[in-house]
Amino acid sequence: MNLKAVRTLYLAELARTKRTMLQSIVSPVISTSLYFVVFGAAIGTRISEVAGVSYGAFIVPGLIMLMLLTQSVATASFGIFFPRFSGAIYELLSAPVSYAEIVIGYVGAAATKAVALGLIALATASLFVPLEIAHPLWMLFFLVLTAVTFSLLGFIIGIWADGFEQLQLVPLLIITPLTFLGGTFYALEMLPPFWQAVTLFNPVVYLVSGFRWSFYGIGDVSLAASLGMIGVFLVIGIGLVGWIFKSGYRLKP
Amino acid sequence: MTTAFAPSPIQAALGTPMIRIDGVSKTYRGGFQALKEVSLTINRGEIFALLGPNGAGKTTLISIICGLVNASGGTVTVDGHDNVGDYRAARELIGLVPQELTGEAFSTVWDTVRFSRGLFGKPRDDAYLERILRALTLWDKRNNRLMALSGGMKRRVLIAKALSHQPQVLFLDEPTAGVDVELRREMWQIVRDLRDEGVTIILTTHYIEEAEEMADRIGVIRRGELVLVKEKQALMRQLGRKELTLQLKAPLASVPEALAPYHLTLSEDGQALIYRYDSSAGNGEGSGIAELLGALREAGVRYSDLHTRQSSLEEIFVSLVKEP
Ligand SMILES: Nc1ncnc2c1ncn2[C@@H]1O[C@H](COP(=O)(O)OP(=O)(O)OP(=O)(O)O)[C@@H](O)[C@H]1O
Ligand SMILES: [Mg+2]
Repeated sequence: MNLKAVRTLYLAELARTKRTMLQSIVSPVISTSLYFVVFGAAIGTRISEVAGVSYGAFIVPGLIMLMLLTQSVATASFGIFFPRFSGAIYELLSAPVSYAEIVIGYVGAAATKAVALGLIALATASLFVPLEIAHPLWMLFFLVLTAVTFSLLGFIIGIWADGFEQLQLVPLLIITPLTFLGGTFYALEMLPPFWQAVTLFNPVVYLVSGFRWSFYGIGDVSLAASLGMIGVFLVIGIGLVGWIFKSGYRLKP
Repeated sequence: MTTAFAPSPIQAALGTPMIRIDGVSKTYRGGFQALKEVSLTINRGEIFALLGPNGAGKTTLISIICGLVNASGGTVTVDGHDNVGDYRAARELIGLVPQELTGEAFSTVWDTVRFSRGLFGKPRDDAYLERILRALTLWDKRNNRLMALSGGMKRRVLIAKALSHQPQVLFLDEPTAGVDVELRREMWQIVRDLRDEGVTIILTTHYIEEAEEMADRIGVIRRGELVLVKEKQALMRQLGRKELTLQLKAPLASVPEALAPYHLTLSEDGQALIYRYDSSAGNGEGSGIAELLGALREAGVRYSDLHTRQSSLEEIFVSLVKEP
């Protein structure tokens, strides 16, 4: 393992974030606050409680997941797309590094940033609603695992994308709808039975549910189902990345 | 300056094979065959110039050796390490300066050079990086972002990046494209210094002057085929045609019948006769000059001046890659 190289890649990717530090911090603070003003204060006052938790508190895990997914995908996809686009990727491909090392560097950095932003969003949320976290370690575990899984997805998108449009299209067309329909702002039991069944095909449901369980001990699906599904996504992601590098897809002519 | 780019210690003797390319072919997706069974051995410590017209396959060949392009067939070893099966060992030895000017526009010269060294797994050595940047006259620019550099400076940054991990083999894909004359001379000096320290150098170029100036051996590639590999000196001797030009006292309308055996050419204005001969025939008598001059006297053709000229590598090259 070329640890030196992994470290170099990881730190260089984080340094890119550092250049835009202010935006990186301000955006989760603002967007979380907005969601609270709209959903927590405006709408939440009309909804008494969901599953025994105040509505404001109920949406916190979903909001953080939203932040986590968008940031992971955006950071990781841009991180690898940019050198492809600029041509600087030649150096990566000609360096004595393995595919795994490249992925660990890029995905690790993107996940780190996403987790940091998720925690900032969490801190912001705590200004609006009193928070209690029933299982803090599980909470962190879900946070990290989700960030890693979706950074991997972002990495794949960044390799697949042929232009900036595609880079933005996937998050817009897939991630955002899946998150909004993934029980971020409601409990599944609030939906008609048919839609409840449909929703079970949405991977984000399992993430949000597991994450919410770590806060309040309640979830739409069982903890085991949540863990299992994240595991499945992770394996699919790793498999895809492995195939990409093996075949040289979009990387090596 | 001679010790500026100390490469990792070189164990084996100069002149032994460093890179072996064996039957390498490349067919790009879409079916275009860019390389056809290229085989070539590059020796330790030599400067090898790869010449060829646009699209001949020079960059493709370099990219295959460096791992940027998958070969469709054949094998490459670098210092005995297969470049696919044992890619780590092979790539550690290689520094690549690509043809295109690329780089992270927003990072600084210093950061990007340090990044390269780290990526190749080498421990941090700021003093060494400083020496490289100074040698490439980039030290004053170390805190500039790449996007704030001129094209020639960017080219030098790419060289600095390639040298940052002390490679034993350096690929320079058109290192002096778009570089002014002065800088080009500087780069040649840098390349020579590197060679003197034992670094093996493979460069591609369109400037024949460059190959003529620098290379120990020359390979000519045409439409994906290596059509010639030769020592530069031998190449110039063997293929170098000489030309004798006789400035006539009085213009001629045609070449006199008596001089037919010499295949002379008359210049358009009739003021000069041109005689082409093979310098490899050597030792004067094979050149036929003495006989020609005698024949001229007999035919009554008088000349006021004469000079000879050896064709340059450029002309050799043009005749080699000319479409049949
Ligand atoms: N990624 C690719 N996909 C398809 N064809 C390619 C690709 N890269 C190069 N080619 C083709 O392969 C041939 C050789 O290209 P290459 O870049 O190796 O030429 P070159 O000798 O370096 O030329 P130049 O002097 O212009 O740099 C060209 O016809 C080119 O169009
Ligand atoms: Mg080229």
